Amino acid sequence: MNYEIVCGIETHIELATKTKIFCGCTTEFGGEPNTHCCPVCTGQPGSLPILNQKVVEYAIKAGLALNCKINTKSHMDRKNYVYPDLPKAYQISQYDEPLCEKGYIELDSGKRIGITRIHIEEDAGKLIHENGYTYIDYNRSGVPLIEIVSEPDISSAEEAKEYAEKLQLIMRYIGISDCKMQEGSMRCDVNLSLRKPGDPRFGVRTEIKNINSLSFIQKAVMAEAERQADILDAGGTIVQQTMRYDEGTNSTTPMRDKENSDDYRYFPDPDILRFSIDDEKVEEIRTSLPELPFDKLKRYVNVLGLPEATAKQISRYRKVAEFFEGALAEGASVKNTANLIVGTIFSNMDTEEEKELFAVRISAAQFAALVKLADEKKINIGFAQSTLQKMLESGKPVEEFIKPEDLVGISNEELESLCKEAVDANPKAVADVRSGKDKAINMLFGYIMKKTGGKADIRKAEVLLRKLIGQ
Amino acid sequence: MRTGISELAIRLRNREISAVELTKAYIDAIEKLNPTLNAYVHLTFDTALKAAEKADQMLKEDDAPLLCGIPMALKDNICTDGLTTTCCSKILKGFKPYHDATVWEKLKAHGAVLLGKTNMDEFAMGSTSETSCYGAPLNPRNTNYVTGGSSGGSAAAVCANLAVYSLGSDTGGSIRQPASFCGVVGLKPTYGAVSRYGLIAYGSSLDQIGPLTNSVKDAAIVFDAIKGGDKRDQTSVDYDYGSSLAECLDRDVKGMRIGVAEEFFNGINPEIKSKIEEAIKLFEINGAVIENIRLPALKLALPVYYIIACAEASSNLGRYDGIRYGYRTSFYTSIEDMIVKTRSEGFGDEVKRRIMLGTYVLSSGYYDAYYKKACLIREEINREFDAVFEKCDVLVAPTAPNTAFPLNYKGASPVEMYLSDICTVPVNIAGVPAISVPCGEDARGLPIGMQIIGRRFDEATVLQVAHFYEQIAGKVIGAYEGGAGI
Ligand SMILES: [Zn+2]
Repeated sequence: MNYEIVCGIETHIELATKTKIFCGCTTEFGGEPNTHCCPVCTGQPGSLPILNQKVVEYAIKAGLALNCKINTKSHMDRKNYVYPDLPKAYQISQYDEPLCEKGYIELDSGKRIGITRIHIEEDAGKLIHENGYTYIDYNRSGVPLIEIVSEPDISSAEEAKEYAEKLQLIMRYIGISDCKMQEGSMRCDVNLSLRKPGDPRFGVRTEIKNINSLSFIQKAVMAEAERQADILDAGGTIVQQTMRYDEGTNSTTPMRDKENSDDYRYFPDPDILRFSIDDEKVEEIRTSLPELPFDKLKRYVNVLGLPEATAKQISRYRKVAEFFEGALAEGASVKNTANLIVGTIFSNMDTEEEKELFAVRISAAQFAALVKLADEKKINIGFAQSTLQKMLESGKPVEEFIKPEDLVGISNEELESLCKEAVDANPKAVADVRSGKDKAINMLFGYIMKKTGGKADIRKAEVLLRKLIGQ
Repeated sequence: MRTGISELAIRLRNREISAVELTKAYIDAIEKLNPTLNAYVHLTFDTALKAAEKADQMLKEDDAPLLCGIPMALKDNICTDGLTTTCCSKILKGFKPYHDATVWEKLKAHGAVLLGKTNMDEFAMGSTSETSCYGAPLNPRNTNYVTGGSSGGSAAAVCANLAVYSLGSDTGGSIRQPASFCGVVGLKPTYGAVSRYGLIAYGSSLDQIGPLTNSVKDAAIVFDAIKGGDKRDQTSVDYDYGSSLAECLDRDVKGMRIGVAEEFFNGINPEIKSKIEEAIKLFEINGAVIENIRLPALKLALPVYYIIACAEASSNLGRYDGIRYGYRTSFYTSIEDMIVKTRSEGFGDEVKRRIMLGTYVLSSGYYDAYYKKACLIREEINREFDAVFEKCDVLVAPTAPNTAFPLNYKGASPVEMYLSDICTVPVNIAGVPAISVPCGEDARGLPIGMQIIGRRFDEATVLQVAHFYEQIAGKVIGAYEGGAGI
């Protein structure tokens, strides 16, 4: 039978603040166990939390980027449960007054996935099981998190993946998290149920916990939807439970719950006063937000006239987009700038991470200086590409590779005589072109380029050559 | 009359006595009397003598603080870096904190000399100090009676002159009630006036640290030293008190509006009632205007207090699981088993009772009926106090409905015991300051305490009225000499 997928995603994102949410300890990843700790984040008796204002600011950034309403009055709650990695036996979180509510992410199809809420909370420590003992590392304890809860608007595995991908992209763009799923700085829990098409009622849902890659989100949704469909087809009922996705077998299996009950006995944390954020502060954060990737994409296509594929590649990475726009601001042309980034610079970067980091050794201005030479046809594009490659490798400016005398363009007379020379020197190629093997003209281009050190305007040369060959 | 802090400070500066000599006198007294009184549970004589030597150095300077070289005590729920702090609970046996409470940090900077940590009800839960895992302290005024609680050891130490002053904590009367039972002065400051950082939490929205002393002036001196905002406690307030409160105590009560609410006098022992009424007469004779006011929501203060305090406690005490510090059970089969056994063995009955009560009132299905309702009534109580303080400068009330209970008083059920907090808990709920000053004795010679309650952050008026009473009453009731004999 056919079923409709009803899916929502809860995403935990570690914020990239320098210090933890309630103390001054560093949030740096790694470090010897229990070295990034103090009385506050290990829950020592008598210690008290102080809310890090940067965390509030970052969460508001996330909210604004996801089109949320910001609750300017908010408070922290205690979520009580017992687990050895939770040193106070409660997690300081937000229950009924989240910082942000009612936003959305727009998919490529134009469909909007609603964001129910975003709240701030603290991470727990980590249990390490070794030689029959359990050790606890509290370095992560107190690292700030935001939890982003989507509406159950997602109705396919592809949408689930796209939602998470877009979310990751936006969070990286606004610089509040590196969102590395393998390192756990972005973690997704997927809620999923099935229903018959058109049925307004929701089916019983299951939750797939801690999915740690974007492609696994897609696979996990498919696997769980299949599992549920098989049960329903066989006349069975779905049990509400927590599932684990196993990438080896590409299947979902029930997980043993670490808590016996779901009664977290939430209540307002008496150690942290209710707080309010002024509207001006929200506006200040709003204006500090960078243009988001999808807005950039639209602008690149509609205003700058870039092809969508190129625009997508550039707008996807904040630093690339900044480099691109920086070169444009120096007066470089849109087309040459974009093509040199995607064609030459990206050919040096194999991974997403490298493009994300975009550690190039030249500045946007130095890059623009080169692009402008091509724009003004003082050098041809092939020569620009090879020169750019040398600049990237050495970190040296364009003047190091192109001498002023190189820039003296080839005069029309010179080019004409060169073309004649080329035709005379390559009778076979000329014959081939005449007989329809058009590629043979490249031989003639090569001759001219070699003679001019790559400076000749190849389009002009082509016109002259074809005239001489008699085409 | 016992020598006050300012007189001792003069003698220290005049080299009539050194801080080391003074400290040794107190150490001798503690060694002699503490085995009986059990006021102290951890002694820190080595650190005390070192601190006294340092204080003697500081005293050579003209600007040495008033509290420099003065021997004192801290309640066992105030964290002291490297010095045992247990809340008198088996579950924290041997616990040495890695941090100092802000109050202790401040007092250390003043050159204070810490003699030891004082006995208390386990996790400050109790009204007699008998729930201490070290056994109850005895009331120095009559050792057949309790000290009150939960800061019983702090009150006993000051009463018996085993410390010049001490700090206690007050969640529902835990400074004022033992002060009343032992015939000393106890000040519970405004919520937020003193940092709670390093105070091991019981009811976080109610807890407040304050001094127990032999005189109102001493209480003002100590409060001056410990008050102030703290960047490590978000609930603390950097209130501008202007000058030192100890220097502004002299003010008569002429024209002052003193409120008397009959709700504070319901069910009060008649002997106590008449003593407080005598004191009110005294104020009136001296020109105060007595306002009879009503605080109808007060009858709900006790359940509100027990719901909120226990709810917060159930969460605050969740961290004692045997994993990171304190007591851990010897035999267990899994982490879960270890946590359950550690807590079952480590906590006493009263603590367990309050954790269960607090867990219950926060549980889903009961939250609205108990915790949420209690918070709403708390707001109503606050509004009534605000309205009353429009008409009055201070309120006068008994500190406790009774004088000290006999030790091991079997007649009291837990609920009866909770009733003894009736006069003190409304003050914590409203977060206002209040002081308990000695106000005569009952027929058995047991001290009676009078409570003076003020507006938020108006400790100045509270202390002035108390000081006036102390002077005009013409006698110092805490006349129990002995101890250090200083
Ligand atoms: Zn920390």
